[in-house]
Amino acid sequence: MGEMEELRKEAESLKDQITAARKTVQDTTLQEAAAGITAVGRVQLKTRKTLRGHLAKIYAMHWGADSTLCVSASQDGKLIVWDSITTNKVNAIPLKSSWVMTCAYAPSGNLVACGGLDNMCSIYNLKGKDGNVKVMRELAAHTGYLSCCRFLSDTEIITSSGDCTCVLWDIETGTEKTIFAGHLGDCMSLAVSPDFKFFISGACDFTAKLWDIREAQCRQTFSGHESDINAIGFFPNGNAVITGSDDATCKLYDLRADQELNTYQDSSIMCGVTSLAPSVSGRLLLAGYDDFNVNIWDTLKSERVGVLAGHDNRVSCIGVSSDGMACCTGSWDSFLKIWN
Amino acid sequence: MTIRNTLRDHGQRYRPRMACIKKAEKVLLEMQDPKTGVKSQPQRLVITTIPHAITGEDIITWLADRFQVDTQEARTFGSMLVALGYIYPLQDHKRLVIKPDVSLYRFQTPYFWPTQQWPVEDTDYAIYLAKRNIRKKGILELHEQEHYNRLHKWMNHKWDFIVMQAKEQYRAAKERKKPDRVVFDCQERAYWVVHRPPPGTVSAMDYGLDRLIDPNADEAKTPDFYERMMIFTQQAIMRPRVKSSVSISALVKYCATYRSHDPFLSKCLPSNPWLTDDATYWTLNMPNVEIPTKMRVERWTFSFAELLSDPRGRDDFRLFLKKEFSGENLAFWEGCEDLKWGEAATMREKAEHIYKTFLARGAPRWINIDGKTMEITVKGLKHPHRYVLDPAQTHIYMLMKKDSYGRYQKSPVFKDTLKKAICPEEHQFSDAQLGQNAKKRWPSLSPIILQQMEQEQKAKMAANVDITQLCRFTTPVPHLAVYSGLNDFPTANASPSLAFLAHTPACPSPISVALESTSASERRAEASGGESEGDPAARAPVGGNVSKSRMALSLRRLLKRGCTPASMFASLSPKCHSATGTSSRIQPISPDQPSQAPPRRIGNFFQIKVDIPPECRIYPIESEDEDEQSRAASRGGVGAKEIICPWESLTPQNGTG
Repeated sequence: MGEMEELRKEAESLKDQITAARKTVQDTTLQEAAAGITAVGRVQLKTRKTLRGHLAKIYAMHWGADSTLCVSASQDGKLIVWDSITTNKVNAIPLKSSWVMTCAYAPSGNLVACGGLDNMCSIYNLKGKDGNVKVMRELAAHTGYLSCCRFLSDTEIITSSGDCTCVLWDIETGTEKTIFAGHLGDCMSLAVSPDFKFFISGACDFTAKLWDIREAQCRQTFSGHESDINAIGFFPNGNAVITGSDDATCKLYDLRADQELNTYQDSSIMCGVTSLAPSVSGRLLLAGYDDFNVNIWDTLKSERVGVLAGHDNRVSCIGVSSDGMACCTGSWDSFLKIWN
Repeated sequence: MTIRNTLRDHGQRYRPRMACIKKAEKVLLEMQDPKTGVKSQPQRLVITTIPHAITGEDIITWLADRFQVDTQEARTFGSMLVALGYIYPLQDHKRLVIKPDVSLYRFQTPYFWPTQQWPVEDTDYAIYLAKRNIRKKGILELHEQEHYNRLHKWMNHKWDFIVMQAKEQYRAAKERKKPDRVVFDCQERAYWVVHRPPPGTVSAMDYGLDRLIDPNADEAKTPDFYERMMIFTQQAIMRPRVKSSVSISALVKYCATYRSHDPFLSKCLPSNPWLTDDATYWTLNMPNVEIPTKMRVERWTFSFAELLSDPRGRDDFRLFLKKEFSGENLAFWEGCEDLKWGEAATMREKAEHIYKTFLARGAPRWINIDGKTMEITVKGLKHPHRYVLDPAQTHIYMLMKKDSYGRYQKSPVFKDTLKKAICPEEHQFSDAQLGQNAKKRWPSLSPIILQQMEQEQKAKMAANVDITQLCRFTTPVPHLAVYSGLNDFPTANASPSLAFLAHTPACPSPISVALESTSASERRAEASGGESEGDPAARAPVGGNVSKSRMALSLRRLLKRGCTPASMFASLSPKCHSATGTSSRIQPISPDQPSQAPPRRIGNFFQIKVDIPPECRIYPIESEDEDEQSRAASRGGVGAKEIICPWESLTPQNGTG
């Protein structure tokens, strides 16, 4: 027992050391640096398109690498690829398991992936012969539900799971290449850096971790949230990380200075953040909440500059298209809305 | 009273909402404060008065005041409190919203708050429904009836117990005073509306799917756990950190730089397709458009990564590098990217191909990296894997970034592109035109088609690789036409020989092989451009069979023109022979000889055939190889010369590195 106590004390002292080390580099705060910047003003986006077709809660959506195709997954057991300009459904893929929690679009546009309570990540080939969309691979090794997946290329994909691990898969062989273990709670979401060298994961242990894909190591851990982290994303320049949590706050962490820079919260907002996406310049942060709204935050000044209200149920997923022209929100009311 | 569930519910089912609910409770306590809270008034029923009723508008006003938000937001906030079950409506009890009028609400008793640790059990619900049934038959709603029937079937084994409980509660309720009874009935009814909502309504208690980790379970704090944590923490402490000011100013600068490129913050020209249904913006910004827009060109100046990630930017950069004779850097970088992200099956060949083209001593497109990196890379290539070329790639990337990028931005190529870049006029659509646009909406180009276009582009590029460019030792001769051999590795193995020559204006080559579908005259016109753009003249066909048929076609053509087959074949065959010879020498690293150094002679892999008059023997030809000699023999006989890349030293059997 004494040994445990000593270990615990030592661990605590190390944690204090880290805090001290972080403090020494902190010679300014974001608030000070952003004080002189002009405000963004009210940002008003309106619904331009509504994508109707799902019959149950939409759990996830992801934009393709071009500007107009996106894929969405719903618990009615369908994965639909939309042409958002015409609102046509390009592909409607029936799933084996209807308990889907995530979907992803490959940067090449050839593949889509999805997964959920079946603990598997299913990869579908959109470019199949004679136009049929077929399952290309089923990546099964997780012991918990699949919460998020993101493609690195047509041959590699990273998944995060409720079994507290993230895994890098080799799609061609269908095997795990690397297992990233370290979280103490369900990994709820992940995001890949713009240069594809790192990825971050947010988990139910209230922390976010930065992983080096090649070295298979956890580089940094960010704490500060008081509840499960549901959503995570990279700042567009790849040097900062934004997390959204059930405690109704979003936080901005700096990777290089290893600090928490900003918290986006408001006393009138109580319900958790389900999803977030930064705009192309990084100045705006769009975050979807449980109270059926999306709030738009000015990342530098930490002010709320807009609200997107239009859904009748929780906003479960949000994404900004690759050219930054439009943002798509998916909700439990089974509709996707494109805002601009 | 319902029996408290003895099993400890870990609060799991409330977990996703727990943080929210705790905050809501704090607000509720404030609201109930007799002095600063919401004013309450007594509710008048027929003969009884029930105290502590509050109106909807009072709630909204109080919330708006407390949180400094507008009425609409306060209304949403209030509706959330009702949906969670903290406040319940007295009239219209099934709709859990706040109405901004005098409709009455009351605070729910803490016993029924969602944070209570006891789970909402079906047994309780069954008792509740049974109780209502006893009180007055036929009072249950349709969905409640369905629930009742279902529970009756499912809990049949304890139905006696349930009915007994229900009767007991009913009896106990009758003994209460009327106001208390009314209040309690309302409370209980509200509780069940929240937790067993009518179908089609949105329930605030719906939190989606359960998390796997039990939030209340104690973590296993083994010594091992602490040790691992300490190791990690120690590593974390030692990690280098950048000063906050530096990092933050980088973020701020990024936002400022990209602000005009953010469609949410700035207008986009000519018009935002989402607003006007006019897709001109996307057409002007296609990946491989001829003339880019000014905004796009501006983006290339933001960072080197931006330039490389835009295909059009990369093309421009490639053009610039070609003029500077350092195109091999970019080609190497692209090759490495291809290796990293490509399929595993072709990885080995790709790695070898890259090695032969860029890294081997005497390689035709040798890149300049320092000795250490070269050593690491060559060693790694014995067992090639996806990231084997990473150090070399990083080195070349930094080289390009620090050196070429800066010069590119000052170069005439870039300035020219910038000048030509278009700045489209803003669209001014009238309403009628907008309507028209909406009707004419075209589906977007499928990414698969875009990819095919890209592949075609790539194939074209591969055929016009920079080695067609003359090396710096030569001066361009006006009637020179420069060709490239096949450089596609797999096809080279498949189809030996096949060197393609085009007509030259001054001295018509005895051999002309039809390329693609360009006519001879076209080619002549293009070839007379002289400068080593190389694009039109040489187009490597994709497959061996195709080239063979082309050969046949061209032979026929030649014969028509009256060339003697003899001379033609004389020149053809040695080449064929030597080419096969060379291709046979180009062996992939055989797996059973892993220790062998990478292949020795690869220079002839890229055959630069230069059609120059015999008196212009510019290139020093030093060859010690047997096929070189055979080629030299053939050289004497035929006008067409075959020159190997002169800056390579043709060391036979030497091993590289």
